Amino acid sequence: MNDITPTSAERAAKLEGMGCKRKRVEDIRFVQGKGNYVDDVKLPGMLYGDLVRSPHGHARVKKIDTTKAAALPGVVAVITAETLKTVNLAWMPTLAGDTQMVLADGKVLFQNQEVAFVVAESREAAADAVELIEVDYEPLPVNVDPLKAMTDGAPMIREDLKDKTSGAHGKRKHYNHIFSWQAGDKAAADAAFAKADVTIKEMIIYPRVHPCPLETCQCVASFDKIKGELTLWGTFQAPHVIRTVGSLISKIPEHKIHVIAPDIGGGFGNKVGAYPGYICAIVASIVTGRPVKWTEDRIENLSTTAFARDFYMDVEIAATKDGRVTGLRCYTIADHGAFDACANATKWPAGLFSIISGSYDFPTAYCLVDGVYTNKAPGGVAYRCSFRVTEAAYCIERAMDIIAQRLGMDPAEFRMKNLIRREQFPYTSAFGWQYDSGDYQTALKKAMESVDYKKLREEQKAKREAFKRGETRELMGIGVAFFTEIVGAGPSRACDILGIAMFDSAEIRIHPTGSGICRLGTKSQGQGHETTYAQIIATELGLPADSITVEEGNTDTAPYGLGTYGSRSTPVSGAATAMACRKIKAKAQMIAAYMLEVHDDDLEWDVDRFRVKGNPERFKTMTELAWAAYHEVPPGMEPGLEAINYYDPPNFTYPFGAYICVVDVDVDTGQTKVRRFYALDDCGTRINPMIIEGQIHGGLTEAFGIAMGQEIHYDAEGNVTTASFMDYFLPTAVETPHWETDWTTTPSPHHPIGAKGVGESPNVGGVPCFSNAINDAFAFLGSTHIQMPHDHWRTWMAAEKLGLHA
Amino acid sequence: MITAAFTYHRPKSVQEAVALLTELGENGRALAGGHSLIPMMKLRLASPGNLVDLAGIGELKGVRADSNDIVIGAMTTQYELIASNHLADKIPLLRETSLQIADPQVRYLGTLGGNVANGDPGNDMPAVMMCLDASYDVTGKSGQRRIAAREFYQGVYLTALEADEVLTAVRIPMPAAGHGWAYEKLKRKVGDYATAAAAVVLTMKGGKIESCSIGLTNVADTPLWAQEAAKILTGSALDAPTIKKAVAAAEAITSPASDAHGPAQYRTKMAGVMLARALDRAKSRARG
Amino acid sequence: MAKSQIELKVNGKVVEALVEPRTLLIHFLREELNLTGSHIGCETSHCGACTVDLDDKSVKSCTMFAVQANGADIRTIEGIANADGTLHAIQEGFREMHGLQCGFCTPGMITRAYRLLQENKNPSEEEIRFGISGNLCRCTGYQNIVKAIQFAAAKLNGSPFQEAAE
Repeated sequence: MNDITPTSAERAAKLEGMGCKRKRVEDIRFVQGKGNYVDDVKLPGMLYGDLVRSPHGHARVKKIDTTKAAALPGVVAVITAETLKTVNLAWMPTLAGDTQMVLADGKVLFQNQEVAFVVAESREAAADAVELIEVDYEPLPVNVDPLKAMTDGAPMIREDLKDKTSGAHGKRKHYNHIFSWQAGDKAAADAAFAKADVTIKEMIIYPRVHPCPLETCQCVASFDKIKGELTLWGTFQAPHVIRTVGSLISKIPEHKIHVIAPDIGGGFGNKVGAYPGYICAIVASIVTGRPVKWTEDRIENLSTTAFARDFYMDVEIAATKDGRVTGLRCYTIADHGAFDACANATKWPAGLFSIISGSYDFPTAYCLVDGVYTNKAPGGVAYRCSFRVTEAAYCIERAMDIIAQRLGMDPAEFRMKNLIRREQFPYTSAFGWQYDSGDYQTALKKAMESVDYKKLREEQKAKREAFKRGETRELMGIGVAFFTEIVGAGPSRACDILGIAMFDSAEIRIHPTGSGICRLGTKSQGQGHETTYAQIIATELGLPADSITVEEGNTDTAPYGLGTYGSRSTPVSGAATAMACRKIKAKAQMIAAYMLEVHDDDLEWDVDRFRVKGNPERFKTMTELAWAAYHEVPPGMEPGLEAINYYDPPNFTYPFGAYICVVDVDVDTGQTKVRRFYALDDCGTRINPMIIEGQIHGGLTEAFGIAMGQEIHYDAEGNVTTASFMDYFLPTAVETPHWETDWTTTPSPHHPIGAKGVGESPNVGGVPCFSNAINDAFAFLGSTHIQMPHDHWRTWMAAEKLGLHA
Repeated sequence: MITAAFTYHRPKSVQEAVALLTELGENGRALAGGHSLIPMMKLRLASPGNLVDLAGIGELKGVRADSNDIVIGAMTTQYELIASNHLADKIPLLRETSLQIADPQVRYLGTLGGNVANGDPGNDMPAVMMCLDASYDVTGKSGQRRIAAREFYQGVYLTALEADEVLTAVRIPMPAAGHGWAYEKLKRKVGDYATAAAAVVLTMKGGKIESCSIGLTNVADTPLWAQEAAKILTGSALDAPTIKKAVAAAEAITSPASDAHGPAQYRTKMAGVMLARALDRAKSRARG
Repeated sequence: MAKSQIELKVNGKVVEALVEPRTLLIHFLREELNLTGSHIGCETSHCGACTVDLDDKSVKSCTMFAVQANGADIRTIEGIANADGTLHAIQEGFREMHGLQCGFCTPGMITRAYRLLQENKNPSEEEIRFGISGNLCRCTGYQNIVKAIQFAAAKLNGSPFQEAAE
């Protein structure tokens, strides 16, 4: 050792391990237009598939005449439900235990439902053939109102379930009812309400929205008749699930199905489930003996692939008169559209909605959710959130503001009073969730100080006086949200999808010259896994992150996993990565001990090497050990340096955050300007701060879209009126506010590297923060709850109702 | 996403274009910038059997003066309108409006002629043209004619343009020096069609409105020329009660669609708010 | 349907082809020329993922037929890199500033930014945001895309780049 020997810190920095802003590996191909997305896949002899869709929201299908279409030059096949019935695929199971029509089987249940699949030599011929298919429909009465779904005489959506008095989740109390699910202690909650000083009750609606990634759903199915094998490229967030479920329903053995999810242009939950287009493409490939590509256009994506939210939550909070919450009750109607295609863990038909007690110490709580069928697209999915966590967080954050208002307390102070305290962790909520770690008061205090909350409230007071005097037509609103998420699904005792347990995996192989490859069961759609998993390995094994190739998405080579959604990659596969590294490290330690002729216990780890305790000049780097593992193996030891870990998490993880925003509402137009948005997130150990910040920016932008104008809207006739970018609100760079990000770090005690996951926090916390801000702007005039989205006209209507335009 | 099949024509002169459109009749459509027509074709809401591309006709480009009029070739793009310092100096209302149409890519190809001839109540230029008392030079099988913008719009996608006619130029009488102007557009996001928009051109003299012209966008089946509202304002000092009366008069002629922008009631009110704000900005810019 | 002969320049190379009139330029680029860098994200001309640089204009190639591009000079994302093969300053900026995540909007963004910086060598943040208002992104929230373009502008102008404080 001398002056030019690099220090531990210098060596660590060169590895680009956890905690550094490592530049992304995937960028190199993306900035050059060399990504490999599904629509880039071209195979010899490939055909194109296109779908005929129903213009009606509810109708009998009396006849489908495919003659003209089939006769069009270039058309190779036309598939209807009748074709699919021959291979028992006219209906397919959903991830929620329901069944779903692949193609219309005597009836259509929502506008744009798939009716027939045309396969042709070119996109043009397929598109022309779609126009030539003639369908006789007999329209039926439509219901798109979930609050009317269980009334007497409501149109029956699912005739196929007519005689079924129970479904996948228990008894059904009406022909349009899907499930009832409850959690908590009703008796205890009722008792708390009975003796409460103050209670509030409010219907909080989270409208139907859609995750809308920039790339729509697509696949290429190629069935090899000779080998009896199916290769399927697709926009799949969970490729192994697609393979297993695909095998179960098609009866093609799983080892003969090769699923490849290449680069995916955004997922946000939209690409978890299986869609009729995929099934039709597979069947078409089997029938024609050629590869078949199916891509959907944007209107198809927005109007038929899995929507999100559509929860009607009737919430109540009970509190003491000095502002301590004592009870929470919530009755929810969940609109699942025509088929319950929800991508939840199967035991949880309402997902993890019972996180609804949020960040607050509720002694009692109870929730009941009823799922219903309507004539809308099937689903829903978790749009950048863990299952139903956004709905729960929105509900509790709005409700806390409402009761704070009733009590005459400041919303931030009210929260501070009721936040779970640091000493209470690990905290078991009234719903039975064991929150792993948190220091909520510190986070909220930091957020409030960072924005100078006191000064903002003073400014707001002055502005309200000015408004009353007629000096301004702008109302200032301050939004506060303190959310706790439950992510990282999940422990197999609680979480499975159709029986597939929700562990995940990492398989790491180190090569003789000290580089390596890591394959995982997750699947990035922009989260930067090729960059971040390598950082975990760099820190754990002391090899440069640049030396580690990360692969996901090919089910032949990747170990089994449940994919990426619900912020589960870091909590589950991140843990698996660390655990696999530790197995490798243990073997490396034994080799080092042998080579240095010491006992294992005489060695200590220093960044990238094992060195002899008390004698640091004697060391072996991991690179040297890699070579030795292959070519200088200790006697009796098996050569090689690799490990696989399947990680069944002991618990979920609970990221949290404190968000504060300031808005100015133009009362005369209903426009809202976002003056400032401050987001403090705690995701435990921070692997790559640059990527975390990017995730927060993106999630907040999605939250902004949702809060300020997104909705998938149906009129009373069942027409979906917001199915294109003409109407579905996606903010551009001009509307999108500037984001300020901050953090605290409270590691997860049960996670091998203390990391919790963060990708979806901003959507969970962002929406209520915006909504609370706009509500706050009007609160001093007596307004208690204005429903989302807060687009111009709705905000104006709220102002109109308050008499502000007189 | 895929249009129906069509035959493509690319005439080199207005004469050739007119001859083609005459021959093709209902089976032919003129193609200008394409950013209204092509999206409709991709959704198969329009499936003309023939497209007559006007992009190869040089005489449809250019800006020139003709006594007191400024004549702008129909195939002048929004980008070119914005880039013209001459137009920014003489008719600044055009640049302010152009910048609020769609997005940079669309503005590179979208044409003034296309925007005024399309007949979509959401297009921004028609109300501006009515406000400016512009007229359209049109050539058809029977020759040339000039149609006042204020008489051009008949309904949704219904204009005075016949199937054989090509709009060749937009003719705008030069607004007085020192005029005030504004295009105030309420929209859900940048580039969106208007929830409601108001175009105002006015002149002031001695603190009073000497002349005033108002156009309203997307609050009826056609663009609106709010003649009554302008009359009320003329001669006034733009005091609050007069503005209130003018706003009421403007609201009275609206009949907007209820859609994702909001219910009709709201959009009517927004026409009024946009008018008030446009008047305020126009006044601040006026010299006189 | 009768096909038309077209000839155009793409990324510096002359290309000749026979196309159906209704073939969209984006499909021509992706399918005929195998330039799959430009992407399709919608069918109503809103998203901008298909943006190319055509005759010194940013153009949404999904809203133009290939026959309209006869005689045009087109640069796609595949032609943005410097002549010596190194990344263009804009491409470098996107990587340095984390201006992309899933990468799907990125070719359109970069191609648009290329023309934006030709129009305006030193755009303000507001001008950048307005300048990319025809390109939608679902992943980044645009903030780092703005920084990426500012980085590129500084590099191309030879001026120092100061990353804006949070």
